[in-house]
Amino acid sequence: MVTYLLRRLGAGVLLLAIVTLVTFLIFYVVPRMAGQTVQQLATMYVGKAPTEEAIQATIDRLNLDQPIALQFWEFIKGIFVGATYTFGGREVVCSAPCFGYSFQNYTEVFPEIVNRLPVTFSMAIGAGVIWLVGGVSVGVVSAIKKGSIFDRLSMGLALAGVSLPVFFTGLLSLAFLVHAWGLFDTPRYTPFFQDPIAWATGLFLPWVTLAFLHAAQYARQTRAGMLETMGEDYIRTARAKGLAEWKVILKHGLRPTLTPIVTIFGLDIGLVLGGAVLTETVFSLNGIGRYAVQAIISQDLPVILGVTLFGAFFVVVCNLIVDLLYAWVDPRVRVSG
Amino acid sequence: MTTTGTGQDAAGPAVLVQDLSITFPTMDGDVHAVDGLSFEVAPGGALGIVGESGSGKSATSLALMGLHRGTRARITGGLEVVGTDMVSASDARIRQMRGNDIAMVFQDPMSSLHPQYTIGNQLIEAYRTHRPKSTRAEAKARAVEALDRVGIPEPTRRVNSYPHEFSGGMRQRVVIAMALMCDPKVLLADEPTTALDVTVQAQILDLLDDLRTELGMALILVSHDLAVVAGSVDEVLVMQKGKAVERGEVRKVLAEPEHPYTQALLAAVPRVEVSRAQRRAQVRADRAAGEGRDAAPAGRTGATALPEADGSWNPDTDPLLSVDNVRMRFKVRGGMMGKSTDFYAVDGVSFDLHKGETLGVVGESGSGKSTLSRMVMRLLEPTEGKVLFEGRDITHISERKLRPLRRDVQMVFQNPYSSLNPRLTIGDSIGTALRVQGESDGKLIKRRVQELLERVGLEPLHYNRFPHAFSGGQRQRIAIARALILRPKLVICDEPVSALDVSTQDQVLRLLSELQDDFDLTYIFVAHDLAVVRQVSDRVAVMKKGRVVELSDSDSVYEAPQDEYTRSLLNAAPVLDPDEAREHRAERVRLRAGKGEAA
Repeated sequence: MVTYLLRRLGAGVLLLAIVTLVTFLIFYVVPRMAGQTVQQLATMYVGKAPTEEAIQATIDRLNLDQPIALQFWEFIKGIFVGATYTFGGREVVCSAPCFGYSFQNYTEVFPEIVNRLPVTFSMAIGAGVIWLVGGVSVGVVSAIKKGSIFDRLSMGLALAGVSLPVFFTGLLSLAFLVHAWGLFDTPRYTPFFQDPIAWATGLFLPWVTLAFLHAAQYARQTRAGMLETMGEDYIRTARAKGLAEWKVILKHGLRPTLTPIVTIFGLDIGLVLGGAVLTETVFSLNGIGRYAVQAIISQDLPVILGVTLFGAFFVVVCNLIVDLLYAWVDPRVRVSG
Repeated sequence: MTTTGTGQDAAGPAVLVQDLSITFPTMDGDVHAVDGLSFEVAPGGALGIVGESGSGKSATSLALMGLHRGTRARITGGLEVVGTDMVSASDARIRQMRGNDIAMVFQDPMSSLHPQYTIGNQLIEAYRTHRPKSTRAEAKARAVEALDRVGIPEPTRRVNSYPHEFSGGMRQRVVIAMALMCDPKVLLADEPTTALDVTVQAQILDLLDDLRTELGMALILVSHDLAVVAGSVDEVLVMQKGKAVERGEVRKVLAEPEHPYTQALLAAVPRVEVSRAQRRAQVRADRAAGEGRDAAPAGRTGATALPEADGSWNPDTDPLLSVDNVRMRFKVRGGMMGKSTDFYAVDGVSFDLHKGETLGVVGESGSGKSTLSRMVMRLLEPTEGKVLFEGRDITHISERKLRPLRRDVQMVFQNPYSSLNPRLTIGDSIGTALRVQGESDGKLIKRRVQELLERVGLEPLHYNRFPHAFSGGQRQRIAIARALILRPKLVICDEPVSALDVSTQDQVLRLLSELQDDFDLTYIFVAHDLAVVRQVSDRVAVMKKGRVVELSDSDSVYEAPQDEYTRSLLNAAPVLDPDEAREHRAERVRLRAGKGEAA
């Protein structure tokens, strides 16, 4: 088990290194291959209508004219020991885990991301719980009552869920539930430890909106899985023991169905942690997703790079957790692992 | 009003079925799975229910467990288990009965245990469902006791294992242990050994018989094979199309079957004591009679025709296939550091095969017989040794050079349900081989496929149908047609009839034998059923753990086996005579006891 864990961990670190390299190349090499000059690149860091000197200063400061390998090395070094940039005659220190420095806002990227993490975390946890519990239970009931009104309605709803984008459902709920009917307050983030109730009520609408999108997929997957599992021989064995039907369904039927669900859940949570871009934007929540959107609009390269790396980081970590969970859920994995 | 107590009433029968009918409504009208069935089983008694698939025997056993509830099946008539009416009782009452008063052992032990819970967990659950006041420790002690009773070694340790850590036979023992947890009064075993090897089958049947006498349970043993139930039951019920066609004391039914269906079933059971020559003569005589060329009628049971002395193959000519000391190594990963150990699935096998000859390969699962046939096909490349086909070394030649050879060597697989592509019409399935070998004239392909379909006993108009429209036996005919379309010289049949009912088995074996005559085929016939192998083989190789322990002409292997292992296989083969079956059982018990002392 320990070997397995270490091996998975090693693979995760390697994967992150590769993601960093590829992201770096995409942002700094691909544009240049398309004909972008160092000057144009530097302009993005300086702001509107810059002077020649300012651009040249930026190039020197960021080593933009140096070989790409050196630039990448500087970037990696920054993550571990921090970096120092000279800016307008004064020095700017970007301390130890330095994932870049935004010259547009004069802020370090890492602390900005960390500050926004609680919002994004809250989004992921709340929405994740809702879509997992909601989707799986709807799927189970649909499978058991296959062909019933409930089954048809919920599967229809699931279809709507996958097809309707968040900026549609989100804006609709804002327009009606909040503004027209006043059933909810305008969604806002309150830190959990400050006021858990305000935290939950303030985020409820974004959670449901995001969950609606994902729950649909879970409901369909659970339904399909349950239909298959309930036809297995061991379900008949469980019934032949004299078990109550609910126990047959929940203990013997649901567990094998959950195995693939755990996998997609890990990936989805990782994605949301990397920034629920649309939901955060629609509900004006200041999470990582919104940070990324702002950076993209203002072409703030260090921020985009930093957010991308964090997104990748969360997906890798969640995947690792899924692999470990897998071994717990399915004993057959343990032996081969 | 019958008593609804726990059925302690010793006077009444353990199971009483009166005029039972089970009907499934379908789009095409009602299907009467069971129609007016009646029988009873006394406490401690044993009944065998025998019939082909579709005869309603499984529908009956599911009804006894009340497992039709919640489905569309309509059940009428009387169905009492230890005094409780299973048709009218409440769902809660039925659940109380299941596992407690009547327990069931299923056909496929590989899929009837939950893969994600330890066997202990599953046994404990069975116990505590009916003994809610018991502690987990008590239940676990009981589970260990039950595992020990069914012969699982080291039960205290193994109770924490998962099903995938057991072999098929061991899993079936676990399923039986689960059934024993609450001391049921009736044990219902539905094809409990169909998926198992002969020796394991014998062990499981011995175990069931043992438990029945020791614990005083009533046993209902359901099977498609009369030979399986012969040695284990007092009474036999033969079912055909939902109706009981014959019912009576086991010796009487087997010795003097009254109903023609029972007679046909008995005739279809492959018998170890019938030699290849007798069988061949009979098949030829039957065929001649059937085609009206020969006036001499041949009885189906008595081998009236004289054994023909001609072997249609000649050992003096060069062999068609020559296998020289082949070995196949697999690496087995294991241990924490990912060390791998070598495992020889086939370990030094040699034989020659002449044109027109049939070589039978017998062995239990894991003996390497499938690996061997795959090496001869060159689906696997042997690690060591040589395979010569018509004098040419094909051991290591490339896939491209191998392609023309594929025409000459074809294979018929075990499972007719999974070896045909469900999305291709059977015409396409069979015709593809011709197309792959370079034939592009679509009309010619269709004509040849249709000719062949007729030859294997199907209709030319079946050409455009999909596999799901055919029964298991018909599908195996299709698979045979697919193998023969290229006019091969050598056909490897890997357990071609083991997934089929006995009566269907007989038809397919006859077909293979006729085709051998007509197309001058050479067969390698791989199977675990000794009787089947004897009927088709000129020579028999007995395999154990990758080695051939005995290779000789089939009559001497069966009549004067040289190897201890061959003897134990023969001893485990089910026989139709109940008394002989009991003798074999006693013999096995003695052998096992002998081994126990030696160990």
